[in-house]
Parts: sequence; structure tokens; C-alpha cells
Amino acid sequence: MAVECVELKVRRLEEAVVQLIRKAAIELPSDVKEALWKAYKSETSKIGRIQLKAILENITAAESAGKPLCQDTGLISFYVRSRSIDHMAVEKALRRAVVRASRLVPLRPSVVHPLTRLNTGNNTGNRIPNILWMLEDIDHMEVTVVLKGAGSENSSDLYMLPPGEGVKGVKRTVVEAVVKAGGQPCPPTIVNIGLGGTVDLTFKMAKLALIRPLGKRHPEGGIAELERELLRLVNSTGVGPMGLGGRNTALEVKIEYAHGHTASLPLAVNFQCWADRRATLRIHPDGSAEIF
Amino acid sequence: MAEYRLKTPLKEEDVRKLRVGDSVYVSGIIYSARDLAHRRLLKLAEAGEKPPVRLEGAVIYHVGPLVRRRKGRWEVVSAGPTTSFRMNKDTPRLLECYPVRMIIGKGGMSGEVAEALKKRGAVYCHYPGGAAVLAAERVKRVVKVEWLDLGIPEALWVLEVEDFGPLLVAMDAQGGNLYEEAGRKARRSLEKLLAGLT
Repeated sequence: MAVECVELKVRRLEEAVVQLIRKAAIELPSDVKEALWKAYKSETSKIGRIQLKAILENITAAESAGKPLCQDTGLISFYVRSRSIDHMAVEKALRRAVVRASRLVPLRPSVVHPLTRLNTGNNTGNRIPNILWMLEDIDHMEVTVVLKGAGSENSSDLYMLPPGEGVKGVKRTVVEAVVKAGGQPCPPTIVNIGLGGTVDLTFKMAKLALIRPLGKRHPEGGIAELERELLRLVNSTGVGPMGLGGRNTALEVKIEYAHGHTASLPLAVNFQCWADRRATLRIHPDGSAEIF
Repeated sequence: MAEYRLKTPLKEEDVRKLRVGDSVYVSGIIYSARDLAHRRLLKLAEAGEKPPVRLEGAVIYHVGPLVRRRKGRWEVVSAGPTTSFRMNKDTPRLLECYPVRMIIGKGGMSGEVAEALKKRGAVYCHYPGGAAVLAAERVKRVVKVEWLDLGIPEALWVLEVEDFGPLLVAMDAQGGNLYEEAGRKARRSLEKLLAGLT
């Protein structure tokens, strides 16, 4: 009986996550759509406006046709928040959901072995989908899915700054990274920054910044201020939509930090393309669920 | 900034007329090729063997399409451009080995590719990255697919398109390069921004 009960829960979670992935692949979150509209209205470069117009038209076309808005449906990451997690059962449901969504939505099979380059055909593989477990003191369980394309991930980097360079070093590095990336991560991008920690934690911080909605500032005033200033600096570079020039290079800059070693200042810059595809499933203690 | 409607196979004289900033709509056949297909095309050329497609006056599209099979036929669901930078290294040689006249992608390509385009009489056209459903709507059908052993995204897809565009001529056969211009401006602003940092 107990085993059957777990299996039923796994099935229900799997079903809900297939819907979650479908929504993420087809429809952008409203904060991203709003930011793109704002970018279109404020863009002064003619070529830049054409790019943003195509982006907006594509968003509408994808929604009305029920098709993934970008062919690169990416590597799939899950961020699972709960007070206690049955890791084995949840992982089983998430993996099965990815396989099914790949066929049903459909998603492009984009997962390959790093050396042989053989495609697994179903978007799962060794340690993929990537699952980040977050134990938190909440009553419900939340699963956030992120579909992240390779263009933005390939432009990402880790910098071990001399700690003496401080805030100025952080600003310089981020702005240089944006100019160097140019059109490759499909600007206007979202620049997600991780600061401090050990290198794994530095990148994890950048990934936590990634799932924070656009327009929501870091709770600490000093960090929020740095986010605002970096956004202003990045949008003064003129890289512009798709790297073809203009004032909208980034939609947002977000920072998360961990304390770090006195002798190091690690900085991770993780770009996200304008197609910032994420969606969240919330399952309440009574079993009811919602996707947003 | 003129507008052109071109049919494949493209003629060298038509392509040499194009200037950066022009917009182009292509009808006919286009070929998808990414990292692994480039490698295989070059390997075949080096071995003196023929590829399974004719690349005279060809349009190469940097794309790994999202496709599905319906009633035994392939259907393109979503097909925007991939980052062209990854093909920088192989493209000058590709243009030497095959008479390709147009490359479609996003993000632009290197100075070496710009030189090769000039020398061979070809252009690089930009399509907005991520505008994949709009792009797929211009694909009439999948004519065939070769090299599926490379995986769906890396295979060589032969696509029949109608008015595929608007494509923005971003690197022309005269050395014009919109990315280079934008990049130069951005580097100049960067110097100023860095000097003003506190």
C-alpha cells in the first residue's frame, strides 16, 4: 500500500511537471514580456527596434500556435524547494517528466555526451536534468523549471578577482564581460551574477539570481543599488539588441552573494538570453497545485 | 537599404550587389549546418568525396531545428538561428571548398570569415535570435535529412522555404560589417565607462 501511494504521488508530480515544462517552453513569464515591451518602446536604434519587434511577434506567434518559442529548448534545470524532500521519488518524477515532455511538447533533443557527442534523444543523461535541492522552512513544495539555451550559457564565465579591486573590480569585470559577449547570448540579456563563496557556490549564487523575477531587487539596499548601477552601466555600452547596436543590452542585472574567503573575490557572470524561460509549480499540503 | 527577394541557387552577381543594412527574403532550398555538419563537410572535401547535397549557390543556415514526425513526415516546429561564432574556425575553409553564397545565423562571425566572404563573393545574414516560430512559419517542408547519426540538431536538414526573412545583411562581400561597427562603438563606450568608474 505504501509503495502504491508513493508511486501515485510520483505519477501526479510527473504529470504536473510535463505541464510545467510545456508552459515554460511556450510562454514567457509576464515580468519578461513586460521588460521586452519596455525595451522595444525605449529603443532608439532602427535595427535594434526591428530585432525587438521580431522578438515580440515571435512571443505572440508561439503562444497562439502552442509551439516552443525558441528551437533551443535548452538544458533543463529544476529548483526544488521544500521543508523535507523525498529526493528519490521527486527525481524519478522529474526525469520521467522530461522524457515525456520531450516527446509531447515537443522539445528538441539537445543532451549529448560531453566527449562522444552522442545525443541521448530524450533530454536526460548523466546528472541531467540538473536538480538543485533547496531545503526551506515552507509548508508547500515548489518546483521551478528553467530551460536554458547554449548561446547564453557559452558566454558565461568565472573570474577570480584580486580582493583589493573590490566593488570597482566587480563593475569593470561585468561591463567588460557584456561587451565581450556582444550578440552571442541573444541580447537584451538578463545578467545574473554570483559573488563570493567557493567557486561552486559562486555559480550557484548566479543561478539563484537567475530564478528571481525581473524587477525584484535584492533585499539588501547596498546590493540592490549595485544591481541598479550595473544595469545602467551595461545599457550604456551600446551593444544593443542582438549585438547590432542600441540602448537595450540587458533587461536586468541580478546579484546573489555568499560570504567568501578573505583572500578571494570570486565573481560568476551567467547570462540568460531574452527568452528567459522559467515556470513554477506549487504543491500545497492539501495536494492542490498551481502553475505560475 | 534596399529590399531583395532572391531564389536559390543564388548567383554570385546578385550576392555581390547586397550591402550591409539591406533586407533579403530567400525562397527555395536552404541547408542547415552546425558544428558537426561543418566538420563532416570539410572531411569529405579533403577526401575528395561529394556530399549528399549540391552546394552550388547554396544558403547555409546555422540552425539546429526543433522537428517532429507526423504521419511519417518531418515537420519543423521551431527553427531560429544558433550562435554563428562556433562555426568561425571552419567557415573560411568551407567557403573555399564549396561555392556557398549565403550564411544565415546570429551574433556575427570573425574577421577571418569576413575576409573569406569578400574573397569568395558571399554574405552573412542575420536573423533575430530566438524568433524561432516566425522562422519555422516560412519553412514549407522538409525535403530530406542527411546525417541523422549526428543527432537531430546537428544533422543536415534540407529545407524548402518561401520568403524566408526578413534577413538583415550584416556582413557583405565588400567588407561591410554591422557587428564590427557596433562592437567598435561598444569598445569605445567601454573605455569611457571604465575611466569613469568609482
